[in-house]
Amino acid sequence: MIPAAFEYHAPASLDDATALLARLGEDAKILSGGQSLIPLMKLRLSSPPHVVDINGIPGLSYVREADGVLAIGALTRESELEESEIVRARYPLLHDTCRVIADPLVRNLATIGGNLAHADPANDHPATMLALGAEVVARGPRGERRLPIASFFTGPFETALVPGEILVEIRIPAPAARSGGAYLKLERKVGDFATAAVAVQLTLRPDGVCEQAGIGLTNVGLTPIKAVQAEASLRGKRLDDTTIAQAARLAAAAAEPSEDLRGSVEYKKDLVRVLTGRALRKAVERAEGRR
Amino acid sequence: MRVQLSINGEKHEADVEPRLLLVHLIRDVLRLTGTHIGCDTTHCGACTVLLEGRPVKSCTMFAVQANGKSLMTVEGLEQNGKLHPLQEGFMAEHGLQCGYCTPGMLMTGYAFLGQHPTPTEDEIRVAISGNLCRCTGYVNIVKAVQHAAATLREGAAR
Repeated sequence: MIPAAFEYHAPASLDDATALLARLGEDAKILSGGQSLIPLMKLRLSSPPHVVDINGIPGLSYVREADGVLAIGALTRESELEESEIVRARYPLLHDTCRVIADPLVRNLATIGGNLAHADPANDHPATMLALGAEVVARGPRGERRLPIASFFTGPFETALVPGEILVEIRIPAPAARSGGAYLKLERKVGDFATAAVAVQLTLRPDGVCEQAGIGLTNVGLTPIKAVQAEASLRGKRLDDTTIAQAARLAAAAAEPSEDLRGSVEYKKDLVRVLTGRALRKAVERAEGRR
Repeated sequence: MRVQLSINGEKHEADVEPRLLLVHLIRDVLRLTGTHIGCDTTHCGACTVLLEGRPVKSCTMFAVQANGKSLMTVEGLEQNGKLHPLQEGFMAEHGLQCGYCTPGMLMTGYAFLGQHPTPTEDEIRVAISGNLCRCTGYVNIVKAVQHAAATLREGAAR
């Protein structure tokens, strides 16, 4: 399959890239890892007249923790996240997530910034970032702004980014003591999108009571879903069979899946309930240092 | 656009349209036809090549993105008329039936063994999970990779 013809641009700096994107407006698409964009272009579901390749811009690939924040450069490949010692040791939810995206070959090119900016509700990082309470940094011709992830996804394949802006960094609050998280995904086979997936991040007090809970849902709605009622039901409570079952029911109620080859509405909602329960238990184990 | 790249240590240059896929540059322009095109939809991995040492799907990259980069294809495995231990392993363990996925399996396996000299079966299966064998000959593919790992370890010990 051959994509429609386009004009290729490879700016060498962020300033050049944002100026170019501002000038080209809706006619341009950003090429990051290309693992979603190029398949869409080959199927001619997307035929942008201009492609702006940001891979040649230096300084957009890093994973570093400083001042209570894990900062990840938008061009960081999924395989680099997977291999990052700090992610493995301190951000189990993120580590779980980057290991189940597509397949190992795709992960050698796919980037975390692209996964978020593409805003496919079937992508995995969005739910994880909702659970983690992340922020994204957007750089445009007039400078930088920070956007809370909860207001970033405005519709299917739509974000709060405006033409001319590039997502340059993801910022995740460093976990407090007794924090843990987990990402559980059911996929029919490696490389398929999730039938459903659930991201959970918890912080417990020393007495075991839940201080903070984040829950994000993948591929059960037109956008990634933050299960706010399920989150609220856990705060101030001890996580036991009853509170976990209640939160799992509330997460299922927040899901708005549509029927497709992967399953019926009822099946997917119940899958969210089951995965939420399991993810909460795993997150508690990790928060308590039991793995 | 003018593209310059190195494949298997050899410099190549070509004038390409930006929309030309890397796999088409490799096969149709440079006539290195060992790399296969299977699904053409980023699923099967028959088109796997190494980009700066990492296995990637060459049907899901534009040729212009490889400008200035160093690539390795299946033609680069054989050295001085001698097959690579991984190729020997695929022969010894019957790691191929129709052979269509083999170039991709070999490239993924080559990069993987460089990082994992003593792999477990599980590690091999995860590593090749982006390469599909439609003959479903995975059992012997795993054995072939293990065979090569053992040969390479012997070579290193000698």
